[in-house]
Amino acid sequence: MADDSAAHCALPANVDETLELLKRGQYIGERSLATVLFLAIKLGRPLFLEGEAGVGKTEIAKVLATALGRPLIRLQCYEGLDVNSAVYEWNYARQMMEIRLAEAAGDRDRERLESDIFSKRFLIERPLLQALRPGIGGAPVLLIDELDRTDEPFEAFLLELLSDFQVSIPELGTIKAAEAPITIITSNRTREIHDALKRRCLYHWVDYPNAARELEILKIKAPGAADALSRQIVAFIQRLRHGNDLFKLPGVAETIDWADALTQLDKVALDPETIDSTLGVLLKYQDDIQKIQGSEAARLLDEVKQDMVGLPGV
Amino acid sequence: MTTQNGQITAEEGRLAENVLYFARTLRAAGLPVGPGKVHEALEAITAVGIGERRDFYWTLHSTFVNRRDQQEVFDQTFHLFWRNPKILDKLKGLLLPDVTADGLRDAAEQEISRRVADAFSPPRQTPKEPQENAEEEIEVDASFTYSARERLQEMDFEKMSLDELEAAKRAIRALKLPLQEVKTRRFRAAPHGRRIDLRASLRASLRGGGDHIPLNWKEPRTRRPPLTVLCDISGSMARYSRMVLHFMHHLSNDRDRVHSFVFGTRLTNITRQLRYKDIDVALEKVGAEVEDWSGGTRIGGCLKDFNRQWSRRVLGQGAVVLLITDGLDREGARGVGEEMERLHKSCRRLIWLNPLLRYDAYAPKSQGASAMIGHVDELRSAHSINSLADLAAALSADPPAREEAASQWIGKSA
Repeated sequence: MADDSAAHCALPANVDETLELLKRGQYIGERSLATVLFLAIKLGRPLFLEGEAGVGKTEIAKVLATALGRPLIRLQCYEGLDVNSAVYEWNYARQMMEIRLAEAAGDRDRERLESDIFSKRFLIERPLLQALRPGIGGAPVLLIDELDRTDEPFEAFLLELLSDFQVSIPELGTIKAAEAPITIITSNRTREIHDALKRRCLYHWVDYPNAARELEILKIKAPGAADALSRQIVAFIQRLRHGNDLFKLPGVAETIDWADALTQLDKVALDPETIDSTLGVLLKYQDDIQKIQGSEAARLLDEVKQDMVGLPGV
Repeated sequence: MTTQNGQITAEEGRLAENVLYFARTLRAAGLPVGPGKVHEALEAITAVGIGERRDFYWTLHSTFVNRRDQQEVFDQTFHLFWRNPKILDKLKGLLLPDVTADGLRDAAEQEISRRVADAFSPPRQTPKEPQENAEEEIEVDASFTYSARERLQEMDFEKMSLDELEAAKRAIRALKLPLQEVKTRRFRAAPHGRRIDLRASLRASLRGGGDHIPLNWKEPRTRRPPLTVLCDISGSMARYSRMVLHFMHHLSNDRDRVHSFVFGTRLTNITRQLRYKDIDVALEKVGAEVEDWSGGTRIGGCLKDFNRQWSRRVLGQGAVVLLITDGLDREGARGVGEEMERLHKSCRRLIWLNPLLRYDAYAPKSQGASAMIGHVDELRSAHSINSLADLAAALSADPPAREEAASQWIGKSA
């Protein structure tokens, strides 16, 4: 057992091992992803993942943390995020209490008090500072999620952190990570990220999986769904993604959700009525739903069924 | 300057004079060269000494050029100016009008930019080039028609002349795009703000040893909304596109978060090309990038491309869209309605700039225009974009109320 957990913590030594690592975390990924992931770990560079919503970008970081047995530190970005809520803040209330207590005790040593109240005891560490501290079994996995939701000033702040993995706190000095955290940055492209930041990262575009891979994912993530149903689901969604002119294509997350939903409804195969009534799981725009609902859904289903006829195991 | 002249010998005295003329030529070519620069240049020359031509070049370069995009103009001016001392004599003070740009152009081996040529030629006497006039006459016919074929060609932009540059600068200075600022979730300290800034208050109280807590206030910061410009560059828009591009260039360099696209038969993102500070360089890059100048228009298809590929990326955070087109579509407005609706839903405000609106009798009756009119927040005229000044005026007027702006036209189109 001890050996086993040690093996979990070891970083992958090549691309194959990285692929293996992902598989152990129940993540079915392309080899290209494993390659760039391996490079990011090996070179200690942040990895910038871009792709449509629901293709599993955030999941990669989670899987990596679990599979490596390292803590995951997540910074969810939002507009207005600033240094005080992302890096550190002084605990002003406690500092003030400390002053009062010192006064009450008749302690007049101002210099000692000053150096005392700006010590680490009064520092509230936010995710980015925490990520610079060594975690259990090595540097943590740092996930900076949906970076495109912040504004440019914060992005600019990240530049120092991502290139040197250090943070300057005026009262304490510079804190530098002994070992760079494994950093994953994700973006949904609701805004273009500045070149300066991208330059410091390795870049990878996470695409929708092909049918075989998506079926594999379904088998792992929605094991309750009948085999025939899973095949139909994947075939239907693949058609939806490629043939149709939708404003927002369904992601892998939607596929899994749909499989779960249909399992809950005790379905073993797709039929037009079920598709119509559960379309809201897949499509999130009224225009898209209107376009697919009814005859179009029935047509797609017919095509899917025709394709399935010749396949073994159906 | 006089003391300097007094100190140096006759030989050097002429040099000082020449450097002065050189500086004036540079200024005429559009570089920001003031009298102080001349002084600096002379000091630099005195320090370096006059030996090789190359050293001399870099000495002057170091004082007169302080941005990368000025390099080209400096280079051309330098080579023309210091080539022949006789030209130099003639050029004294730029008062002698007998040196023409043409003569210089013969002398120069490489192509010189129109700005530099203008700087050498006497000011205000350049007649309008006949080529330009002819072009305009043809285009007057073209302004109400649209080409049905897709024409792929590279457009070689004529370099901006000094007069144009000046006119554009003047107009642009007067230009303010009156977009209402939006509140952000970031705060700034404000004595009359409505919210208490606890962090700052505690910090301020620590300064006094925590005896009392003075309240500090904050308010949300505001910022300009992101701006996306979509410009039609089809044949029917040809006479406007150039000035519109100048306008887009100004916008790109004036504020952050401006995304620029042009479309004819296909959509091209020219945001990066327009980031070059020098207008000539920027337009050259744009000309090389865009493939469908002055061809037909596929408004529906291009808007669809934009909606599918770009809208999520550039229309985040409450963007304003400026759509510059005459609404003449070669495909009988196929898909225009739906795509306009989608675009309208994706942005905070959609402004349609229509150059045809300057004709009093204009009504959005063409298929494209009538499909578009229902989906814009504002319809504005861009009276002869040629002059740009009018465009500035049109844009700087107070924006009308949101819903009503286009409504007067909706009746007309029916």
